[in-house]
Amino acid sequence: MIVEWPYPVEWDQTTSVSTDVLVLGGGIAGCWAAIAAARRGADVVLVEKGATIRSGAGGSGCDHWESAATNPCSRITPEELTDALITSQGGYCNGISHYVECREGYDRLLDLERMGGKIRDADDEFRGAEFRDEATKLLFAYDYVNRFTLRVWGTTFKPALHEECKRLGVRILDRTMATSLLSKDGRQGEPEGGRQGGLQGSRVVGATAVHTRTGRFLVIDAKATILCMSRPSRLWLFSPELPGISEFRPPQCNGDGHSMAWRAGAEFTMMEKSVQAEWSGTRSFPPYATGNTHNTWYACSMVDAEGREIPWADRDGNILTTVSERYRPAPGQRLYLKGGCEPDLPTYEFQGPDILPVDELLAQGYKLPLYADLPSMPEHERRAIWGLMVGEEGKTKIPVLQRYSAAGFDPDEDLLQSYGEGWRSAAFHPQERQLFGYPGGLMNDWSLRTNLEGLYAAGDQLFASNCHGHAATTGHYAGRHAADDAQSTAAAAVENGQAEAERSRVYSLLDGDSDASWKEMNATLAEVMQEHCGAAKSEELLSSGLSKLQDLRQNKAPRLRARNPHELMRCLEVLNVLTNAELVIHACLARKASAEHLHFRRSDCPEMDPPEWQKFVTVRLENGTVIEGEMPLDYYGPLPESYEAHNEEYVGESGS
Amino acid sequence: MTRRKACAKKAYAIVDPAPAEPLRFDADLCIGCNACVDVCQVDIMVPNPEAGLPPIVLYPGECWYDGSCVDACPEPGAISLNRLAKDRVRFKRKRTGADFYV
Repeated sequence: MIVEWPYPVEWDQTTSVSTDVLVLGGGIAGCWAAIAAARRGADVVLVEKGATIRSGAGGSGCDHWESAATNPCSRITPEELTDALITSQGGYCNGISHYVECREGYDRLLDLERMGGKIRDADDEFRGAEFRDEATKLLFAYDYVNRFTLRVWGTTFKPALHEECKRLGVRILDRTMATSLLSKDGRQGEPEGGRQGGLQGSRVVGATAVHTRTGRFLVIDAKATILCMSRPSRLWLFSPELPGISEFRPPQCNGDGHSMAWRAGAEFTMMEKSVQAEWSGTRSFPPYATGNTHNTWYACSMVDAEGREIPWADRDGNILTTVSERYRPAPGQRLYLKGGCEPDLPTYEFQGPDILPVDELLAQGYKLPLYADLPSMPEHERRAIWGLMVGEEGKTKIPVLQRYSAAGFDPDEDLLQSYGEGWRSAAFHPQERQLFGYPGGLMNDWSLRTNLEGLYAAGDQLFASNCHGHAATTGHYAGRHAADDAQSTAAAAVENGQAEAERSRVYSLLDGDSDASWKEMNATLAEVMQEHCGAAKSEELLSSGLSKLQDLRQNKAPRLRARNPHELMRCLEVLNVLTNAELVIHACLARKASAEHLHFRRSDCPEMDPPEWQKFVTVRLENGTVIEGEMPLDYYGPLPESYEAHNEEYVGESGS
Repeated sequence: MTRRKACAKKAYAIVDPAPAEPLRFDADLCIGCNACVDVCQVDIMVPNPEAGLPPIVLYPGECWYDGSCVDACPEPGAISLNRLAKDRVRFKRKRTGADFYV
């Protein structure tokens, strides 16, 4: 069926926009960045590919907020918690961004409450629950002793943030896709075309964008720019039939910001890290839609096919006899992280209680399948899972809570079948990989600035990023620092040549010489990645993968053709996915050693974690050439002192 | 370049032949307000050329099933999220052992 395009077609028109602070990406990090910058008096433009009111991985909801270490009930300091996060990742962690998360998370929650978001049990639905603080009415998840993770009503958050952006006069440009960063000296390398060269590494002075419904081109100049455009996806996993559920995050959160930053000369680290896949809607059930014990469903009781209760154990294998014990650290353990042990590589020190491994259960005679047994849970816990958390998590409010309830599922009566181990709900092959669990991203300093002047990053664009609270806090933090930068910077003129070259690149996709589809391109490059950048890597395998990707770029990319502005967006995205695949391979080539915590195995450098390689390896482009570098794992210095030195004003304002 | 200039104002779409029907509309309840079109971050729908009718789902394969469209609908029941057949999940009544699928 052929449909005439319902929107005005404006791809012969260009709009120029000028601002102090340009925020690219209107998810959780982007909205907070815009709010913080606007509160500091900056003129702010927010560019969002979808619709800001619900866009991003956290737009439709959020059931828990991690690392709010300064909430009044917390029994752990931000310093202790950040140290735990860093240690749990073997040192390959963003000490700066996670300290900001631990230190400012509760400030942002209070902020949200003032905007109309719901963060506490004001209606006393859970009065008397073990996880409720009766004075503040805050509800906690997971470790009830240390109380640093909050159960929240996250479906209220994004509309509240959107409203606050509007109230503060942020100019929101929805349905607008950023396509490139503009550099002060006017030119960048052009990895998309044959011609290389240019001036990567110059100050960033804005961005170009294209409207995804009309095709209109935008040139935006800004004194400071903040990248809040999620992380790469669709690199190894892609379904041409159902691209919307290829991965965990929304399909249009595919890492456009990484690609733009790479082309402009920004420095990345940890991009060599990928984990065996945990989520893909095409390979597994939707998140939290089946019986399981993790995250949203922590710590739900399970039974086997014959109704036998599945034992829970602490990190030492001690069987827990009560439900309450699942929410407490083991004897002698300071705290535990996460609801359910860290799925990638549990660290004994911070490993929480979980059910016994499936192999052990089968050896003990338990019968598959297992079921989530909500009816046997204490009432408060049952309602906290089925109702509060399933009702507030973004991918479960409508698809699970509403739908299952309408179909007659009764949490007081019914057992929900489990289809996989723990939270995975599917088995993946080793070469089916994802950027998940503290993956790589942009390198940052204590202002969350990148190596490029005028360019900041927040949320999942930062290296070793994770979760809603991290996005919110780093967004706000980057917004403050970018606004300060903008205040002391004169507007830089955008050279027309660079914007014009980008305009030609974007619109060349309307002129492809065939109907080659973006989906075929994405599926092909994902196969190249599985074949050449799977679980076991080597110099020659990676290099041949890179040349295969370059072949795709030279022979397939020029044949892409878009029929309308929506397809233009998808074609631009897949070119970004291709660039990100190249970035990942360059990073893999740069680390010539295996590293356990990076899930990085080089068959030609099999020794695990040789001391000389326990460092951050960085990559960036300069004049079209990959420049490798390194930073010590503790480059950020002492946490509270460094933080306070860079945030005197904020510490003074918040009294924190 | 020449070709684009010649058809500068034209654009068209072919409904994506995805093996999925993520959204269902009740044409009797739908008022054609397009609240679902406006909220969808993946932008899988376009307004119906005929005012008052349910939108056209142009790109059903791109749906990521978060249900924001259903949440935003002012007319309960006018739009519903239709899960993939492969994602139907079984539950069992604890007392009777009776099976159900959702």
